[in-house]
Amino acid sequence: MLLTIDRLTKKFGGLAAVQDVSANIEQGKITAIIGPNGAGKSTFFNLISGFHQPTTGQIKFLGHDISTMRADRVARLGVGRTFQTTHLFEQATILENVLIGHRLRTKSGLFDAIFRTKREKEEEKRCLEKAEEALDFVELSSLAYESVAQITQEQQKRVAFALALATDPTLILLDEPAAGVNPDETDGLAELMKKMVKHGKTVCLIEHKMPMVMSLADHVMVLNHGQLIAEGTPKEIQGNERVIEAYLGGNSHVSA
Amino acid sequence: MELFFQQILNGLTVGSVYSLVALGLTLVFGILHVPNFAHGALYMVGAYIALTVMTALGVHYWIGLLIAVLIVALLSVVMERLVFSRLDSKDPLPIMIASIGILFFLESFAQYMWGSQYQRMVTPYGDTIQLFGLTVTMQRLLVIVAAVFLMVLLHLFLTRTMTGAAIVAMSQSRNGAFLVGINATRVSMLTFAIAGGLAAAAATLAAPINLVFPSMGNLVIMKAFVIIIIGGMGSIPGAIIGGYILGMAESLGATYISGDYKDLIAFVLLVLILTMKPNGLFAKGVR
Amino acid sequence: MKRSKKTYLLLALLLIAILFPILMPNQYYLQILILVFIWTIAVYGLNTITGLTGQLSLAHAGFFAIGAYGLGLLTTKGGVPFWLAFVLAIALTVFISFFIGLIALRTKSHFFAIYTMSVGFLIYLLIYKSDLTGGVRGLIGIPNPAPIGPLTFESITSYYYLMLFFLLLTIFFMYRLFHSLLGKTFVAIRNSEELAETLGISVMRNKLLAFVISAGLAALAGALYASYVRFIGPQMADIHVAFEILLYLLVGGIGTLAGPLIGTFIVVLLTQMLQFLEEFRMLVFGPIVVLLILFYPRGIVGGYLMWRAKRAKKKQILQAQHAKGGKEHAVND
Repeated sequence: MLLTIDRLTKKFGGLAAVQDVSANIEQGKITAIIGPNGAGKSTFFNLISGFHQPTTGQIKFLGHDISTMRADRVARLGVGRTFQTTHLFEQATILENVLIGHRLRTKSGLFDAIFRTKREKEEEKRCLEKAEEALDFVELSSLAYESVAQITQEQQKRVAFALALATDPTLILLDEPAAGVNPDETDGLAELMKKMVKHGKTVCLIEHKMPMVMSLADHVMVLNHGQLIAEGTPKEIQGNERVIEAYLGGNSHVSA
Repeated sequence: MELFFQQILNGLTVGSVYSLVALGLTLVFGILHVPNFAHGALYMVGAYIALTVMTALGVHYWIGLLIAVLIVALLSVVMERLVFSRLDSKDPLPIMIASIGILFFLESFAQYMWGSQYQRMVTPYGDTIQLFGLTVTMQRLLVIVAAVFLMVLLHLFLTRTMTGAAIVAMSQSRNGAFLVGINATRVSMLTFAIAGGLAAAAATLAAPINLVFPSMGNLVIMKAFVIIIIGGMGSIPGAIIGGYILGMAESLGATYISGDYKDLIAFVLLVLILTMKPNGLFAKGVR
Repeated sequence: MKRSKKTYLLLALLLIAILFPILMPNQYYLQILILVFIWTIAVYGLNTITGLTGQLSLAHAGFFAIGAYGLGLLTTKGGVPFWLAFVLAIALTVFISFFIGLIALRTKSHFFAIYTMSVGFLIYLLIYKSDLTGGVRGLIGIPNPAPIGPLTFESITSYYYLMLFFLLLTIFFMYRLFHSLLGKTFVAIRNSEELAETLGISVMRNKLLAFVISAGLAALAGALYASYVRFIGPQMADIHVAFEILLYLLVGGIGTLAGPLIGTFIVVLLTQMLQFLEEFRMLVFGPIVVLLILFYPRGIVGGYLMWRAKRAKKKQILQAQHAKGGKEHAVND
């Protein structure tokens, strides 16, 4: 198992956002987390990526206990992520944005910066190569010198993917990657996720667009009120009573 | 023991002034999401306007106060319209810098208009009276009474009217359903007006005890920052209680610890609080 | 081609700066330029934490003063040789700022601004009230910079070259920092601390480094100021000085490389020209700050860069249209 979650609970002032969730994320697969709004999906991601500390429970990634590890350390271990809002630096070009993605694998400090040491030059080159490679992967090489403010929402999502990929992650967490993107473009992003898996990454995503989840995911986890109410293949989930009930209660539908 | 009670009374006076200033600051915080650095300058301008109309037009102290309140309220609204409403409320840095620019301008303006020397404001309430065996000037009592009166007035306005409720909601950054159908622009302008008016009232009340000079607002505003951090940004009771706590601490500290360093108390308090609680005493939300 | 044009321009500027005392042996101009150089160094300091990393620090007048008083006290009361005291004063500030930063940087946004403002005020009060610093009376008799080999620092011209040297050193330092991975890391933090953290950047460590660098530069400026003016008082730690440094930065362009130099130069020069305004000059500069924030949030240099980017973009589009035979309008936003 790549990621093992054991009885994870997170409370905010008495209210449990995530409650007693145990789950596994399997290497080389696409795992989707679904659930109505406020089900605790983002909190779940924040717990894994180190933005929140769990109240109780344990998260293990590649054998390391990362339950209380800081976000930057978790990233260095190989967990990349994107946010619902991309947080990109709008005034800068796409390439400039992605360049910093590989920074965590470099060591150059103040001394290297001021004296432009061999290490600094080498690492700058490595970051550039990594960024170009990542942009190539998400098929944005031709726009490398465009400013982020000029590109479409879907292209920004791709830049965010590239940025996460540049960190050399083993596991990639994608928080609603297809939000605000039209259906055609959604297919393109889904293809991109499959491509990531083909290249040895493990993908875990939060998504509301059911058709996409059902056709893309190998494994689906359903959260409701912070609890894991079901998990299984997309087929199993579609027929699950509790899931249908949760979704009807939340005024949306599970449809493939 | 008499000294102690004297200091308690002093603390109440100082605390009343702090509370009024902090109240305005905390209300405006709800709109800007950053503290308004220019708020102290409004305080200073308030004192000068009251002083000017009192000496130039020979009006009564209370009329002077009223005029100061009205003019500064207007000034505050102009500030909101011309500057703050045009800035993106999501980015704190430009708002803070703009408010510092306004602070510069008003301070320099006061220096230009009224000179940099210290000025006295003479009121009809300079006499001392005996109260429970304590000797106090009328003015000090007036500060307390007037401040409490203003706070009650504000409380009634905020709790009994729709507009007031909207201001409270905004000051606590509560968005959503409640704010639907409320004219945010109007609420924002009104909040600035109230904050400006409170600052001017506080300044005019305190001016006869302290003095009037261009940088008189700086220390007060810094202390008001401390208060709203103690009391919780956006919290109205917090601003009032925090103001009185600081007033008391200073007054007692000056007597029993050192008069030289009484201005330090606020900052030491602030540094201590933020050291232990980086997001303020009553930080809401996650992380 | 374009790059070389820029290089020539910079070389020309450098040449003017070097030849200035010979071409224009005017004491008054030299004095003004010396002040410009000193303040520019302090502004570069503020730019590191506020411009690059995005944290508004209002403690920089305090660090400026610690640098100045450090040098002053070590030389006048400690009997320490000038250049050793010079280095120690900066080292002391860096040391103090490290601990302040360690605590202050746990706070964010306006909390950080207020915290640093309070720290600045505490530094001011300590200098003002302490007996060691001479309190209100200030500190006098700070010695000239000691000669280095054949170089002596007594004439105004020699001071000019001394300050120019440190300014060039600072600019070189900042140039390298701006274009390094570390500089880009700082900017990534300014852009979004959350994103930076998920990219494996230790936000605290980098902010602390930026803060310490920025305090060190402020202290360098302070020590230079003390050695030039040779009389220092507590008012140099006043919050107004912190605002002043911020003003220079804003006018020039926050977060830009050339901004601090251009901003300081323009504001100091304007101040000299508007001497009749003296202490009322904020009547002019206050509104300028507000107008800049409203219309040119990234100052003169930032405004220029945006204009250039727009022009380049237009050119690109025109070329693209030209290549396509002008048939299509390839603009879609």
